[in-house]
Amino acid sequence: MSSINKDAKQIMAEIISNKRVGAYHHIVFAVGEIANYARPGNFVAIAVGGVNSAMVLRRAFAIYRTIDRGSDGGLLEIVVAPHGAGSTWLTNQAPGFKVDLVAPLGTAFGIPTEPVRALLVGGGYGSAPLFGLSEVLKGRGCRVDMVLGASTAMKIYAPLDGKRSVNSLTIVTEDGTTGVTGKVTDVLPGIIHTSQIDIIYSCGPMGMLEAINRIAEENGVVHQCAVEEAMACGIGVCMTCVLPIKGEDGEIRMLRSCIDGPVVDGASVIWGAKRTIPAGTWGRE
Amino acid sequence: MMFDFKTNLGQAQFENPIFTASGCAGSGKELSQFFELSELGAIVTKSIMLKARSGRATPRMAETPSGMLNSIGLQGPGIDQFLELDIPWLRQQSATIVVSIAGESVEDYAVLARKLRSVSGISALEVNISCPNVENRGQVFACQPATARAAIEAVRRNIGGELPIIAKLTPDVTSIADIAEEVVAAGADAIALINTVLGMVIDTNSMRPKLAGKTGGLSGPAIRPIAVRAIYQVHERLPHVKILGMGGVSSGRDAFELILAGASAVSVGTATFGNPTAAIKIKEELREELISHGFDSLREAVGYAHREEARS
Repeated sequence: MSSINKDAKQIMAEIISNKRVGAYHHIVFAVGEIANYARPGNFVAIAVGGVNSAMVLRRAFAIYRTIDRGSDGGLLEIVVAPHGAGSTWLTNQAPGFKVDLVAPLGTAFGIPTEPVRALLVGGGYGSAPLFGLSEVLKGRGCRVDMVLGASTAMKIYAPLDGKRSVNSLTIVTEDGTTGVTGKVTDVLPGIIHTSQIDIIYSCGPMGMLEAINRIAEENGVVHQCAVEEAMACGIGVCMTCVLPIKGEDGEIRMLRSCIDGPVVDGASVIWGAKRTIPAGTWGRE
Repeated sequence: MMFDFKTNLGQAQFENPIFTASGCAGSGKELSQFFELSELGAIVTKSIMLKARSGRATPRMAETPSGMLNSIGLQGPGIDQFLELDIPWLRQQSATIVVSIAGESVEDYAVLARKLRSVSGISALEVNISCPNVENRGQVFACQPATARAAIEAVRRNIGGELPIIAKLTPDVTSIADIAEEVVAAGADAIALINTVLGMVIDTNSMRPKLAGKTGGLSGPAIRPIAVRAIYQVHERLPHVKILGMGGVSSGRDAFELILAGASAVSVGTATFGNPTAAIKIKEELREELISHGFDSLREAVGYAHREEARS
């Protein structure tokens, strides 16, 4: 337990660039040595609203990628959807502004020791951490297929260099403005079959992760997913961001998505338990 | 002359007056990544119950203007695992430890006290009789003088003579000073003020309560004036009873305000969620605040806002 977030640091990080990309903002921070420690799947917690803000809680963002440029030059990049007051405030900050940032936080994606055939599935800006993951997997000799989905073309986040990091990319939109019309789950069974996928990595809304998990189980494929739940602290003390997860001992526990996740084994999650504590959970009243 | 930052709650002595707040620091492990736990006056551990508890369903949290609602429901491993793992670890960190306990019945409080009486390395016991996140409002012992008294008496009878008892109260009552008087008569050495305030948020998209548990406890700067009022009222009624103040403290200035109202020590809760090093920052700011107002010691400032009433 003393290994919790052992590389996490709190720093004032300068915004190096902030650019609009489709419906999102791509923001780059100077973070120094934090860049050396971040792994795909880790997240960053950023204080929003400035001093005396009425927004008392940090906002958590998946790390898109980090660039290690020696002791002082490390960069950390995130992709932000400005849908609430906090994320909108952040997307309005100009380069040169410094934010209070804590990173890297949480459990990263597990990387296989053998070269495997991996399928990466992202919903909306949930694609962000998958590009860094793809680079790591390719470095291990893995084949990487990617599927990105969103409601509409503007909400697909797929930068050019990200596209180059995968063997195949399938884009799916619900309104058909780009790529295949439909949902990511429509195309998964075909890709799993033709590419003989060993493992699925996913990041996106919980409903999508649950649907992906069902397909993974039906096809006997391992599934690692980055979950999300309303989070207050991001560092494991508040106990708000829990979800029911079955441990290796068979016991279901309410585990923290910030520390025991965000990346969890999809097969261990008790899905569809929103607004309930599943029967049999350890300590259930 | 050296500034004297020391304080006490009952018999328990503390190097400085800034503590964590129960439920806002776990048992310290997660925060130890960001600062030395021994730097704080005390680590107040998350209220522990007799048995393991899953807590309430999610969503458990809603941010509100200058605050947040939580509906955790005392998730935890139970007292036996806590004593086996968390207390030895905290002792290794040389942390000053205040253990917080919560029960569902008077008997629970008695059993918890018996389990703690022989544990070494604990400075004080916070008896949480005011957690709002329970199914039955009747289980909030601190809402009624008789139940508040019964819970504290059960702890007093079973804890032995040494360990100071701090009774944690809710401001959701008609007269908090009456409840405070009752728990002091029952054997509490100090009072912790305030627990979160019962609140609710309705999601206007789903048009249902946002939290799965429907209601939650409001914390953060939004409730600070309620904390100041409660501390002021209890200090006025019971000037010789020490108060551990808390409620929306996020700066040294805020901690100073609670001390002026009558708090001898101040816990930092929700501010830690927004900033893992908040308690350390607040401790340093409070020292500067006290010195800049001409105080040579923390003790001189406790209850200082009451002095005009004392003269008139």
